[in-house]
Amino acid sequence: MAEVRAEMVANVWRVLVAEGDHVDDGDTLVILESMKMEIPVLAETSGTIAKLHVAEGDVVQEDDLIAVID
Amino acid sequence: MFDSVLIANRGEIARRVIRTARRMGIKAIAVYSDADESLPYVHEADEAVYIGASAPSQSYLDSTILLDVARKTHAAAVHPGYGFLAESPGFAQAVLATGLTWIGPAPEAIEQMGDKIRARNLMAAAGVPVAPGSPAPVPDADAAVAEASRIGYPVMVKAAAGGGGIGMSAAADEPALRSAFDTARSRAERFFGSPEILLERFLPRARHVEVQILGLADGRVLTLGERECSVQRRHQKVAEETPSPAVSPALRERMLASAIRAGEAVGYRGAGTVECLLDVETGEFVFLEMNARLQVEHPVTELVTGIDLVEQQFLIAAGERVSFDADAPVVPAGHAIELRVYAEDPRRFLPSPGPITAWDEPTGPGIRVDAGYAAGTTVTTFYDPLLAKLCAHGSTRDEALARLRVAVADFRVEGLATNLPFHAELLDNPEFVSGEYDTGLVSRMRPA
Repeated sequence: MAEVRAEMVANVWRVLVAEGDHVDDGDTLVILESMKMEIPVLAETSGTIAKLHVAEGDVVQEDDLIAVID
Repeated sequence: MFDSVLIANRGEIARRVIRTARRMGIKAIAVYSDADESLPYVHEADEAVYIGASAPSQSYLDSTILLDVARKTHAAAVHPGYGFLAESPGFAQAVLATGLTWIGPAPEAIEQMGDKIRARNLMAAAGVPVAPGSPAPVPDADAAVAEASRIGYPVMVKAAAGGGGIGMSAAADEPALRSAFDTARSRAERFFGSPEILLERFLPRARHVEVQILGLADGRVLTLGERECSVQRRHQKVAEETPSPAVSPALRERMLASAIRAGEAVGYRGAGTVECLLDVETGEFVFLEMNARLQVEHPVTELVTGIDLVEQQFLIAAGERVSFDADAPVVPAGHAIELRVYAEDPRRFLPSPGPITAWDEPTGPGIRVDAGYAAGTTVTTFYDPLLAKLCAHGSTRDEALARLRVAVADFRVEGLATNLPFHAELLDNPEFVSGEYDTGLVSRMRPA
């Protein structure tokens, strides 16, 4: 079980995965946007998306949970 | 001269324009969104009008709201600053159609320069050197591959309507090009509303040098020297200086003459910038793009020339003569360097918004700070991360560097991360200190 958290305050621009999807280490899960910059959030382990905590248009705070990979 | 100006912008540039307007006795009218209510420029303006929600599309990019405010406040002119609607020919046209003075070049000139492909072709026709590149939009990845084999790898993939380095990337071979093309395409559509892509020969070792031009009310185009802008992260400038340590008097003469031809080719009026790439290997320069507006880094030019560029923008827009002798060559004095203080962590340069709990600006001989924020204000995720521009002027480059080192150490910002520690490193970096650096400098300081 690996938690993926936001590194900074940002808007969720794109969500590229869904719950149940298989992801590999290094895959882009979501793309955040902050201060006119896009920040891809990557999987740091391979597995299945057990839980997705954000949707496009959400605002995340630093350390907010984005996804859980099982 | 008009008696009032609406500043259709925010932060440090709104504050910068307000300063000159007030000095000239022109009433300064500011606009602000929810996020910006407590920023210094709102309080320093003669009048400030709330225009909407924090998202740019609902405030600073909404031309209908801005024109409505201009009417209600009886503004006589509109200054767009940089970014937002500054290079929107439609907005410039709408301002003029309302009977107001537009502080910038004619909408036609903005339109010609906003399209990078058209601009390139126009410049080549005017005798300005351009890099080998695509003379028409590249429709798909296959066409890009064909173009690249004609131009020669590596190539730079760019949005034709783009700016700020968004969607730009270099490709060394076909697979990289296909991926770069798709990325550029999706960003071009999203950020600039146009999917048109252009390919240009990429110079692996280049410096980014630009020329400040001023198109006068009588039609003449002058230059006010060059600016070196090679300190960049993610294709965005972090520090600028003038004169460029890489430009010899002979090269300067050729670059400035080309910039004048570029300005004349579009009948340019007001303050503008001709951006060039200087090939470190050959010492040759090529036209990159023209920015039809006041540039973020204009203060370094002001410091060495003693000329207030915003004042010249006002005078030219009003059809008046500039404040200095336009018949005598402008001789810059000394050296000036600007550091962009961003709300971002100094290692990876990731955004760091948040409340500013303490803010103490440095002062001293030759030091100038153009800041958009103050203690008690909050940096949000809605706008670019520029907090302030810290500039130093010295009689020599060494003196400017020495003054900046002290100023960086004295600049106290608390509550969020800033790139000030990066600037402290930059000022001691042997490459930067030697003056012999190129656009790869920051990546070499921060290897992935």
